[in-house]
Amino acid sequence: MQPKTIVEKIWEKHVIHQETDKPDLLYIDLHLVHEVTSPQAFEGLRMKNRRVRRPDKTFATMDHNVPTIARHFISDPVSRKQMETLYDNCQEFGVELADINHPDQGIVHVIGPELGLTQPGKTIVCGDSHTSTHGAFGALAFGIGTSEVEHVLATQSIWQAKPKTMNVKVNGRLSPSVTAKDLILAIIGKFGVRFGTGHVIEYTGEAVRALSMEERMTICNMSIEAGARAGLISPDDTTVDYLRGRRNVPEGDAFEEAAAEWKALATDEGASYDAVVEINADEVEPQVTWGINPGMCLPVSGSVPHPEAAESPADREEIERALTYMGLEAGQPISSVPIQHVFIGSCTNSRLSDLRRASEVIQGRKVHPDVRALVVPGSQTVKQAAEAEGIDKVFIEAGFEWREAGCSMCLAMNDDVVPSGERCASTSNRNFEGRQGNGARTHLVAPEMAAAAAIEGRFVDVRSYFTSPV
Amino acid sequence: MEPIRKHEGVVYPLNRSNIDTDQIIPKQFLKRIERQGFGQFLFYNWRFDDDDQPRMDFSLNQDRFKDATILVAGENFGCGSSREHAPWALQDYGFIVIIAPSFADIFYSNCSKNGILPIQLTEAEVQQLIQKAETPGYSLTADLENQKVTDSEGFEASFTITPYMREMLLNGWDEISVTLTLEDKISTYEASRG
Ligand code: SF4
Repeated sequence: MQPKTIVEKIWEKHVIHQETDKPDLLYIDLHLVHEVTSPQAFEGLRMKNRRVRRPDKTFATMDHNVPTIARHFISDPVSRKQMETLYDNCQEFGVELADINHPDQGIVHVIGPELGLTQPGKTIVCGDSHTSTHGAFGALAFGIGTSEVEHVLATQSIWQAKPKTMNVKVNGRLSPSVTAKDLILAIIGKFGVRFGTGHVIEYTGEAVRALSMEERMTICNMSIEAGARAGLISPDDTTVDYLRGRRNVPEGDAFEEAAAEWKALATDEGASYDAVVEINADEVEPQVTWGINPGMCLPVSGSVPHPEAAESPADREEIERALTYMGLEAGQPISSVPIQHVFIGSCTNSRLSDLRRASEVIQGRKVHPDVRALVVPGSQTVKQAAEAEGIDKVFIEAGFEWREAGCSMCLAMNDDVVPSGERCASTSNRNFEGRQGNGARTHLVAPEMAAAAAIEGRFVDVRSYFTSPV
Repeated sequence: MEPIRKHEGVVYPLNRSNIDTDQIIPKQFLKRIERQGFGQFLFYNWRFDDDDQPRMDFSLNQDRFKDATILVAGENFGCGSSREHAPWALQDYGFIVIIAPSFADIFYSNCSKNGILPIQLTEAEVQQLIQKAETPGYSLTADLENQKVTDSEGFEASFTITPYMREMLLNGWDEISVTLTLEDKISTYEASRG
């Protein structure tokens, strides 16, 4: 039999209908819904008297817009209305909802895996571009627009042209204290923010196999920042171990059967991809972005680039624009830049292991007096687990604010905003202009690096924290 | 949605690459639960200063582009978030055709669901159009049936688009109605998977 990639295997199992000159009609196993991209879709159903075809395959939560303090009353009437609308829509159409008061509430891409809803081999969509996160389990997961949300609600299917596949092969092993976040930033830094366009990325290689599930989620999460609509990793024992015992997975013998099926989805030896790129993990250093897209990143030991070094006039113009927006000088060492805010959170880096690692850096130290630092756990479940370990106390004693779960300062739709002209070391995934607030300057980093930046008030190589005594 | 066959209109050039959806429609405007009314917020942080006053150095605010319906921009247009508020804002503002050397995948498909025609031309063609569009009133004709972009000065470029997307846009179809004609197949598929 012809060797196949995991993408081909999942695709073939989900095609409902094929016709020449048309995309395939693909069945969707799990549809995740949140408050921002769904109201117009439910309204569309109502206008046409349509129902949700499979409420049992649909799951909703509130994350983008929720306050992370004083949750009992949402003071902004427009935000409140958006959340009430999701509540009413879920009631009307029979969709399960983890609302703002629910113990399972959290960022949609954190709770899907936590609840065991995310499973290998599933097709998963959500009106959110970071749906690629779920690919960490060997699911085919991608973001869709609101019209497609409405389409999936009504038909449990979507028209999709079969994507091209790309193997991003990570050779060797990451050095100690270099994280999954550094790796994905280094990949995007090396190959650019468009290299994945039109492709589904599969991350392979020794370094990827060695990653935990939470680290794999960090990698797959940022596939969209490389232009790829989806990114995934073939399932293995790490995947199976993570899922065993979770709420929505089978139990006992049925679990073992499912596990065998999941592992059989892994890309076959010798399968071919439409494109292959490679990177050596041992070359990757802790990364910091300096500019206005995630590809504009540097090792922490590096300096901000000169526009003259650009390869084309368009790139040059972009570097100049980025320098102006970010208030940086060409050639300036990135470690010399003072920061005023630290945000540890988002669907990229807000899981228990992220908070644990950041708290190890913080332990016994104090946040720099010029810095305001925030930890926003990805879900209420993460928050509780962290509190059970006393991680909240480590952060609070150091001077961090410890918040309720949500997207928060990742996109600053709620009150967690970085003021214009100020700088934030952020564990999120986008450093676009205005993302964390109008005029706000975002530097993307790993949780450890954010923690060290909180203490120093500027970027330092966090590895020095682990090797030398304080 | 409205069918689109052939459109002639004034061109607005925005010579930047990687224009992301946070620029097209900043997040503070995503709280509304309606589909309409997003045009006033298009490119908000570029069009308006911190005191919500129009920035006249941002060319879209200038009179010569007030009737523009065709946007020409740099590579990777629409990257970032999946928010369909981006095409809604562009459309509500008056844009019907968007021309760029490349588009982000989700944005591209979002356009087609809303009767906006995204046209991919070469980098060289786009640069040529961006220069031409500096002439006040410069307009183009985008012809979806013949897959061509032309102007009155002899510019002509052809573009490709998938047959499916072309059909959808030409007919202004509601995709859900099309899919529901296949409802039996969906049910059969569901039954087969137990
Ligand atoms: S945490 Fe940020 S990137 Fe993730 S879903 Fe929320 S807003 Fe989007």
